[in-house]
Amino acid sequence: MKHSSFFWFVLPSALLMLAFIAFPIVSVVTQSLYQEHEQVIIEVENCGPFGCTTAESVDQEATAALREAQPLGQFAGLDIYKDRNHLAFAEVGEAWTSSVSMRDFAGSLMNLPFYDAIAFTLTYTAVVTPLTIIFGFLIAIGVNAVARAMRGPTIFLSLLPMIVTPIVGALVLFWMVDARGVLGAALQWASGDPDLSVKASTPLMWIMLMVYGTWSSAPFAFIVYYAGLQTVNTDTLEAAMIDGATRWQRIRYVVIPHLVPLTTFIALIQLMDNFRVFEPIISFSAQAHARSLSFAIFNDLGGETRLLSSAAATSVLTIIGVAILLSPVLVRTWRDFGKER
Amino acid sequence: MKIWKNAMLGTAVAALSATGALACEADGRVSIIGNEFPAIQTVAAAAGACAGIEFTSNLTADHQTLNVAGMTGNPAEYTTAIVANSSIVALINEDVIQPLDALVAEYGQDISPSQLITVDGKIMAVAFMANAQHLVYRGDVLEAVGLDVPTSYEEVLAAAEAIRAAGIMENPVGGAYAAGWNLAQEFTNMYIGTGGEFFTPGTAEVSINNAQGVEALEMMKALTAYMNPDYLTHDSNATSAEWEAGNVALMNMWGSRTGVLMDDEGSAPEVYENTMVSGPLTVGDSGTPATTLWWDGWTVAKNVSDADAAATFQAMAAGVSSDILNDETMSQAVWLMDGFDAAPVNEGVLASVAAGSRPYPMRPFQGLLHTALGDNIADFLQGNESAEQTLADIEAAYTAAATEKGFLQ
Repeated sequence: MKHSSFFWFVLPSALLMLAFIAFPIVSVVTQSLYQEHEQVIIEVENCGPFGCTTAESVDQEATAALREAQPLGQFAGLDIYKDRNHLAFAEVGEAWTSSVSMRDFAGSLMNLPFYDAIAFTLTYTAVVTPLTIIFGFLIAIGVNAVARAMRGPTIFLSLLPMIVTPIVGALVLFWMVDARGVLGAALQWASGDPDLSVKASTPLMWIMLMVYGTWSSAPFAFIVYYAGLQTVNTDTLEAAMIDGATRWQRIRYVVIPHLVPLTTFIALIQLMDNFRVFEPIISFSAQAHARSLSFAIFNDLGGETRLLSSAAATSVLTIIGVAILLSPVLVRTWRDFGKER
Repeated sequence: MKIWKNAMLGTAVAALSATGALACEADGRVSIIGNEFPAIQTVAAAAGACAGIEFTSNLTADHQTLNVAGMTGNPAEYTTAIVANSSIVALINEDVIQPLDALVAEYGQDISPSQLITVDGKIMAVAFMANAQHLVYRGDVLEAVGLDVPTSYEEVLAAAEAIRAAGIMENPVGGAYAAGWNLAQEFTNMYIGTGGEFFTPGTAEVSINNAQGVEALEMMKALTAYMNPDYLTHDSNATSAEWEAGNVALMNMWGSRTGVLMDDEGSAPEVYENTMVSGPLTVGDSGTPATTLWWDGWTVAKNVSDADAAATFQAMAAGVSSDILNDETMSQAVWLMDGFDAAPVNEGVLASVAAGSRPYPMRPFQGLLHTALGDNIADFLQGNESAEQTLADIEAAYTAAATEKGFLQ
């Protein structure tokens, strides 16, 4: 392709990516480097239906000129990143010097909101991504073996978790595992503990979030694998059958090698998605037990006083986290690409 | 939902037309952003019934995430925001609402002076209803164990133990203890009840890591021993559902929600007939009730034309006039207008006001502390750390946030 036609060919998508991906990221990075101007606090008398009280207030006139001159706020550099609600360098350093054992240090680390969130986020990503791939593959193999007449309905049923709105699917499961719900009562019966409550226990809540995560994203892996299965070379499969390969051997030595590139693709997408886990924490009211980076961003923006810079800093850290997670897969893809040339 | 809303507005408007409240006439744009519950729907419907105005309203539980953004532009999308004493500070901080002194002088003859919310001498809002959390109890259950209505949290614990021992209920105490805003609100109540001060006066420096803070946390933890084990996921809605299911006999609940508990929908006669309200509870011996008083009121946006501001003021003044009170709307809230007759459901809020409870603090940085409280208290209630550690964590989280917002240097 000529350079000029390539240029005109990619121009529209390059412009859109610039407008909808690059600029917002630049804006978020900029925001995370600024904090609000110093606010002058004065005492005022507030009166209302319940009488008068003295309370602190912000002297608007004192900060109006500053705000006018620098609407972004004052430059803070990396201060927001380093504060206690993010990377907390000072607190981590102190915990390192004052703790007597690694266990003690880990405890202090988990007490800091960012490290607590990253611990859950990474565990979730590490558990849900492989489970999604394994279950997606198994469902695809299973559906592919179903008689042709039954395939349509089976595919539809298998895709249901992806069709159901995430928040609705999560709420359904949330009520089922309630102590008086179907699954909750069954768990109590199975464990022989009448006081067992999934919603009250941190480990069970984590397991439930991961079960939900696998349930809702397995159909994505399934549909990709199912599409891949349609392109498996039937000649090779038949040759393997003539050579006396069992079903397992055919899957292991013909189907799986054929689907490996798809696995890379699914892993990429799922790593990105799972690292940004958010909806299940809201629908399961799980914030007492599990917080993710995305939840921390939501929390910063959802309060009565919005913490824009804090949310921006966590967003940038999330982007860095996704980049680190994806780097092995990306490097591998890059290398494979180089080899073929 | 939409149909239901329109139907609600329709009946409210019809009810108003019947009482002849359509005297209001103004010329301009009126656009309301506010929370969604029956009392606010009544006010919005009455304001919208004004003749000659261009009217829109957006009543939603997410109003707080929309109001600042929707009033920052010029002209502002919303000409008025219906707020409470906690949420007005965000609007004042961002400088998006205007003082109403001139408008009150010109159009506010019918507004009673006690409804005016003044900050530093300037009228910033007009309140129309009061709210507070107070004790809700099951008369029959307390009678069965032979105890009087509790007036303190210590008596609540004793009553809960008696109810559990008698085998009537396993978890007789309820409460909106969902991690986040609700849990922070319960701590705020309890800490005020112990006589604690949140900040060093005159500054934004937090000061809750003290004996009162520990006392408040310890009492909350003692109460959770008598709650459904899932209490950290129970917001006001879930707590009300537990009540209507007959699983709870004692709880601290919002006055605005008692009407639903005492009507004959959603619960057995045994539950709703025996649901009673009482005043606020105390903790320890400070004498201050462990609750906060709240008002809901309306404001006028700063970035609107004078004509729109005047129209908005007139329409909202009509929306909260005594004319909106009728048989249907009377029990929806503790209205602050003249002509309000309290129904039995309203007694708890009135008792809270009479007991000298303190209003929820109107400080620009109280919201930041509220968020920090909601994020950290669950760690203590679950037994993961000591009360002192939790309070230290709250102070540290608040300090980092307040530094970012410029309240602390």
